[in-house]
Amino acid sequence: MSVTGDKQGEGTPVTIRLDADQYKVAAAKPQQMEWTVAVTFLLGLAGFMGFGAAYWVNASNFWLGVSLGVGFLGLGVGMVAWGKYLMPRGPFSESRHSMVPTQAEKDRIIGDFSSRGKVVIERRTFLTKILGAAGAVFGVVALFPLVRSLGPLPKSFSQATTWHKDSFLVKIDGSKVHVDDVEFGGMLTVFPDGDAGGALSQTMLVRQQPPAGETNIVTAPGRETWSPLGYMAFSKVCTHAGCPIGLYQQQTHQLLCPCHQSLFDVGPGKDAVPVFGPAPRPLPQLPLYIDADGFLRAQAPYDQPVGPSFWWRRD
Amino acid sequence: MINALYDWIDNRLNISGGGRKMVNKIFPDHWSFMIGEIALYSFVILLATGVFLTLYFVPSSTDVVYNGPYLPLDGVHMSEAYLSTINLSFSVRCGLLMRQMHHWAANIFVGAIVVHMCRVFFTGGFRRPRELNWIIGMNMLILAIFEGFLGYSLPDDLVSGTGIRISYSILETLPLVGTYLANFLFGGSFPGTALIPRFFIIHVLILPAIIAGLLGGHLTLLVRQKHTQFKGHGATEHNVVGAPMWPTFIAKTNGFLLLVAAVTAILAAAVQINPIWLYGPYRPYVVTYAVQPDWYMGWLDGGLRIMPHWQTVIGGRVFFPNAFWPAIVLPGITFTVLMLWPFIEQRLTGDREDHQLLDRPRDRPKRTALGAAVLSFYFVLFGASATDVLANYLNVSLNAVLTSFQVLVFVVPIVTYPVALKICRELQATAGGGKTKVHNIVIRSAEGGYSAVPSQSRPGDAVPELEPVALDTSIVLPALVGSPSYEAVDRSGLGARAAAADGLGDGNGTAGTTDGNGGAPARRGVFRIPRNYR
Repeated sequence: MSVTGDKQGEGTPVTIRLDADQYKVAAAKPQQMEWTVAVTFLLGLAGFMGFGAAYWVNASNFWLGVSLGVGFLGLGVGMVAWGKYLMPRGPFSESRHSMVPTQAEKDRIIGDFSSRGKVVIERRTFLTKILGAAGAVFGVVALFPLVRSLGPLPKSFSQATTWHKDSFLVKIDGSKVHVDDVEFGGMLTVFPDGDAGGALSQTMLVRQQPPAGETNIVTAPGRETWSPLGYMAFSKVCTHAGCPIGLYQQQTHQLLCPCHQSLFDVGPGKDAVPVFGPAPRPLPQLPLYIDADGFLRAQAPYDQPVGPSFWWRRD
Repeated sequence: MINALYDWIDNRLNISGGGRKMVNKIFPDHWSFMIGEIALYSFVILLATGVFLTLYFVPSSTDVVYNGPYLPLDGVHMSEAYLSTINLSFSVRCGLLMRQMHHWAANIFVGAIVVHMCRVFFTGGFRRPRELNWIIGMNMLILAIFEGFLGYSLPDDLVSGTGIRISYSILETLPLVGTYLANFLFGGSFPGTALIPRFFIIHVLILPAIIAGLLGGHLTLLVRQKHTQFKGHGATEHNVVGAPMWPTFIAKTNGFLLLVAAVTAILAAAVQINPIWLYGPYRPYVVTYAVQPDWYMGWLDGGLRIMPHWQTVIGGRVFFPNAFWPAIVLPGITFTVLMLWPFIEQRLTGDREDHQLLDRPRDRPKRTALGAAVLSFYFVLFGASATDVLANYLNVSLNAVLTSFQVLVFVVPIVTYPVALKICRELQATAGGGKTKVHNIVIRSAEGGYSAVPSQSRPGDAVPELEPVALDTSIVLPALVGSPSYEAVDRSGLGARAAAADGLGDGNGTAGTTDGNGGAPARRGVFRIPRNYR
């Protein structure tokens, strides 16, 4: 059988043959394929009904998902098979046209612009300049609310943590840390009183046995009094990417950051110097003292910003 | 009813005139062209499931106490965001399924984009005239990664909270403006209370809107420029060979949407993803072992891990903190080079011609080898994000694992390049290689060399491949009237108006109306394929 049609867009009659092989279905046994598609559609139907039932009886996530999935699967397989085997097998083709315009097309649109807009605008350079200036100024001032309103300017680093002179060291429940609380080799996460759980002020309290005949541990020159009775306090914020340094390896006296595996040595005489991994700097140390009642307190806030490096930090 | 509605719209918008081109549009067939469709359809699933999630998720950092059916968290302090996600998972019927489908679809989305990008790269689909679409696609990839990161950060659980802490630190490493940007984005110093509501609105409105816009542009360009195709089956630089939009492509592609949905639903049913109730709520001073981000952030995390502890200090100022290099510079270079690649390759090869036919990867050995080498670099970085897990699993020291990755990240790409080059050249030299329809016989010569020759196909093995027929010869309805494939349907009352409206009566330059009614207004009909063609 042949029919007459028009070549698209041109109106030229062209005869095509609908009985050409390309118009026949791809399946060798269409009847069988039709049944197959019917079965998959029925499976999909059953899946959706199952989903309704599963929802109704408040079934587990597994049955909800599987029934929904079977519903989609049945319909999906059926539709793909229908398209692949029961529709004209093709291949068909259409022609492709260059995306490059002809010179005539280009000339015409430039002509349109020039004849109407170009002259008008070029004669009014003063107006276009003011318009441009106003647009530019708007572009800049629009950034003020868009960016500047979002948050406060960074605090200077001394205000960044809530530690101050004479802060008590407290545990997460807010109770003060007493000199008897931690044994040699022990570790505790502490905060300044009033800021239990503080993200920047979180501090690792580690206790090591001071050298024989000494009461303090000296982690670095100038820190002679910072670690009374073997209590050393280091910022818990990693100097690499700011994760809390969660793991203390008691035997090697090392603190491990589980995010990127930086290791800091907090053994006697060590100032939490990084010994492995990407961290570039030691953890800042908090100078401690023990008051008359036996509570641990800060001599002063941290002497440098805690956490990772940034431009405005001075090293 | 549908006909009447169509008529109503058509008479106001003239769909029959312009829409016909769309109906006849040809889509080339190849399995690798479906990868982009996976990305498209997972985006559809993300929108559908995401809308459901917004109805229950509460974007708030307010501290609340959980009292609900999940007993391990009973009485625990947490943010409202975390609590609402727990409720969504345990107390909203179907909520866990939607959450898990959303998360799986997100992973599939980014994965499909990456594989689609590789397909376009290795087949040269980015070449002129499609450089623009390559760039649009690359922007969608970047946004999809950000979108995914924001999404998994929203529940405010321990693992994602740690990720946000790291991202804050990374933002801070930007020279000059870093601290300010971090403060502005988070509304102050970390963690603050602004980040969850802000991340939420970026995740559910701003980025999806931009991605949807880019997606529209991506598909518009695809339609305008028509799809690329592989050589053979009559495909040339000047035609498109494949299946027409109606009905074949519509059936296949909608079926494929359902298949993507099916896989997502079954994964969400059977494979747990992001069980935030096991991680616990985020507390800034708590951290867990084995903190890994979602897969598409893995290369960045791996880079952070294996970067040596260097930082650039000039005059007492940290110009470039250590994390700046792997977290800002590496992705910056990656995406800049990728985006400019069409132009870089044009410069290298001098080839500035239009290309509608795709390359087989083997036919461009250098490009393929380069792509493989670069890909292997990112694979190693990805592996490096599991240093701690690998050290535990292999029972070797962390130092050994880390040092090996620092070496492998350079060695693997250097080895990959010549190997891939060699494979390409070998494949080129093998007749019929890669075509499964014809088996190869490998022959060993007396000297010990091997060669392959295509075998004779056995009867029934070969599927005859037909020549494409041009579809721009399409059929006008009146020509079919009276033919065995046309089934006339009497619609009295509609006939006259319809005939007058769409000008069927004048025959439109065809061989004349052959409808059996002899001059009576043409009746509307249904095009019906004769029984023997079904």
